[in-house]
Amino acid sequence: MDILRIATAGSVDDGKSTLIGRLLFETQSITKDKIEALKAASQRKGLDFVDLSLLTDGLIAEREQGITIDVAHIYFNSPNRKYIIADTPGHFEYTRNMVTGASNASVSIILIDARNGVGEQTRRHFYISSLLEIKNVIVAVNKMDLVNYDQAVFEKIKSDFNEAATQARKPGQNISFIPLSSLYGENIVNVSEKMTWYQGESLLQLLESIPPISLEKENLPFRFPVQQVIRPKKDEFHDFRGYAGKIASGSISKGDMVTALPGNQISKVDKIYKFDTELESASQNESVVITLEDDIDISRGNMLVKVGEQPEFSKQLTAQVCWMDTNPMRAGSAYLLQHGINRVKTKVSQINSSLEISNFEEIANAEALKLNQIGVVSFRLAGPIFADKFEANPSNGAFILIDEFSNNTVGVGFML
Amino acid sequence: MDINKHFPRALEDEAIYIIREVAAQFEKPVLLFSGGKDSITLVRLAQKAFYPGKIPFPLLHVDTGHNFPETIEFRDQLVAELGVELIVRTVEDSIKAGRVKEETGKYASRNALQTVTLLDAIEEFKFDACIGGARRDEEKARAKERIFSVRNDFGEWDAKKQRPELFDMLNGKIDIGENVRVFPISNWTELDVWNYIKDENVAIPSIYFAHKRMVFDRDGMIWSDSEFINKTEDEIPYETIVRFRTVGDMTCTAAVSSDADTIDTIIEEILEAEISERGARIDDKRSEAAMEKRKQQGYF
Repeated sequence: MDILRIATAGSVDDGKSTLIGRLLFETQSITKDKIEALKAASQRKGLDFVDLSLLTDGLIAEREQGITIDVAHIYFNSPNRKYIIADTPGHFEYTRNMVTGASNASVSIILIDARNGVGEQTRRHFYISSLLEIKNVIVAVNKMDLVNYDQAVFEKIKSDFNEAATQARKPGQNISFIPLSSLYGENIVNVSEKMTWYQGESLLQLLESIPPISLEKENLPFRFPVQQVIRPKKDEFHDFRGYAGKIASGSISKGDMVTALPGNQISKVDKIYKFDTELESASQNESVVITLEDDIDISRGNMLVKVGEQPEFSKQLTAQVCWMDTNPMRAGSAYLLQHGINRVKTKVSQINSSLEISNFEEIANAEALKLNQIGVVSFRLAGPIFADKFEANPSNGAFILIDEFSNNTVGVGFML
Repeated sequence: MDINKHFPRALEDEAIYIIREVAAQFEKPVLLFSGGKDSITLVRLAQKAFYPGKIPFPLLHVDTGHNFPETIEFRDQLVAELGVELIVRTVEDSIKAGRVKEETGKYASRNALQTVTLLDAIEEFKFDACIGGARRDEEKARAKERIFSVRNDFGEWDAKKQRPELFDMLNGKIDIGENVRVFPISNWTELDVWNYIKDENVAIPSIYFAHKRMVFDRDGMIWSDSEFINKTEDEIPYETIVRFRTVGDMTCTAAVSSDADTIDTIIEEILEAEISERGARIDDKRSEAAMEKRKQQGYF
């Protein structure tokens, strides 16, 4: 069974929480006691309907202000697969949360209020979806009930979106448009009878038709960051030396020839273990233990790749960076760079350009990269990392930046 | 295939990755063990993560003194089997030391008091990472929890200052005195846990299965009769067949009327159940934001 991870984004009041509440409700994912609690809470607020948005607005401050502050994770099952929704806030001061929530998603649902049409927020959400190489984008035009389910309104939004999206659009990206009403459940699970002019699928039907991600990633190079070296030193496993890790991309089989980076030692895969089971092969996202035929010196942070499939690595790199901290990044500042599990010290050589995501104003040779800005940045590293270009292999092409004084994660980088 | 009876293996791979990161990034990790199915699942995952090596950190049980005896028996057996170190710290000792005051009245419980015992144990052993079995599907405040959740010197959680977590990269860097709560099964649901226990044939305490027990009714829930609960005169115990969906303290865990006596029938029951798992937790009913408030204070 596969898991489909979805990121949802929308402005305040686009009805994102109601949409998610509706999906849960219609897939019978809400238990009776939770529905009772919702009814009671809706009544306390003086509403004459059950407010499904209260299901996901979890924090006290959010309920007081009626907005979403932080990424919430919501789970439901359809008859075919498990879904995980990362529900991210729409207002721009929380852009970092949107990048965070969307970083694991393979589908992005962008909500638009039919009355308001395409706005700056919509452009921003699409830009971030593209930045993260999200292949499937669903533009959900919500609150169609408030515009009398008018086809012209929907078509106008569709063409406005396509126009606004031209620049950020990635090759191979699928963009679908759905008119819906979360409040009344139109086009959520079943195709709406109120919008017969719409020929497409309902939201859930569309989600169900997205192929499992594993099928798309079969041809990527094998990347295995070593998390730990397992040496039990028990009588039974006296000479055992296994490399534990989660396969970042690609696949590996017994007998494959591998190179250990950065030492460039070559050896042959002897065994692949998952707990006490021996596997013939393993692929992306599997946590395994690999043993090699030769005793070579490998430690945490090293990487196993197939011979001839090495990523280029040097002590300099350029990346697109999204800044997430109130203290701006400046040329000359030092940080810890974490690629996968591998950490190295780094210094910012140059901020080549910065983009203010609230108004898309671009500055060349910027002095600083501020909170929620996205820039092209060059770094010098104290040691090598074994990364691919983000566009070519997203699961081995991103890194985070850590401030050594606050210990906070202050930025995320996408290898160029 | 009924999807609801199928465990998505990707969740196990993710959890094992997280547990290995804990062992690599921290000096003194500990696994918080309650004897409930979620922490038992964590122990199983830890066993798999380091095999053929041993689990490289101890288990910590914060004992309220009001546990079901079946849970304690189970705990001791598991620890003996795995040869892993167990640390027990009791709320009783915290009360004796004057660190906390026993609650009184009809709803007296030690559930809130255990936070202090936990924070004291963290300080005593200088634990820098505590692995817990919390899941995001359990409750609204937990839905916003990170996988590595940083707590300040006082064990407090600040929802607005959480570190962004991107892709699968985990940042466990902290200052001395701070600690990180780690939730490897964040993305599992109650059903995922049960399907995993079934797939892996993991042993769980007997009270999860239907059994005869003396109970009484209060506030529309079934309470297990015990010397730790202050009953009123009209709360008269009677014997019936029940089981527990969560295993907490006897004073805060309600039973459900059930004849599910195998993992399969438990899964069937959950699929048909109309009450959510935490709906049987008396401690959550105190107010709509009960969990968030307890978390801010350092509760698990």
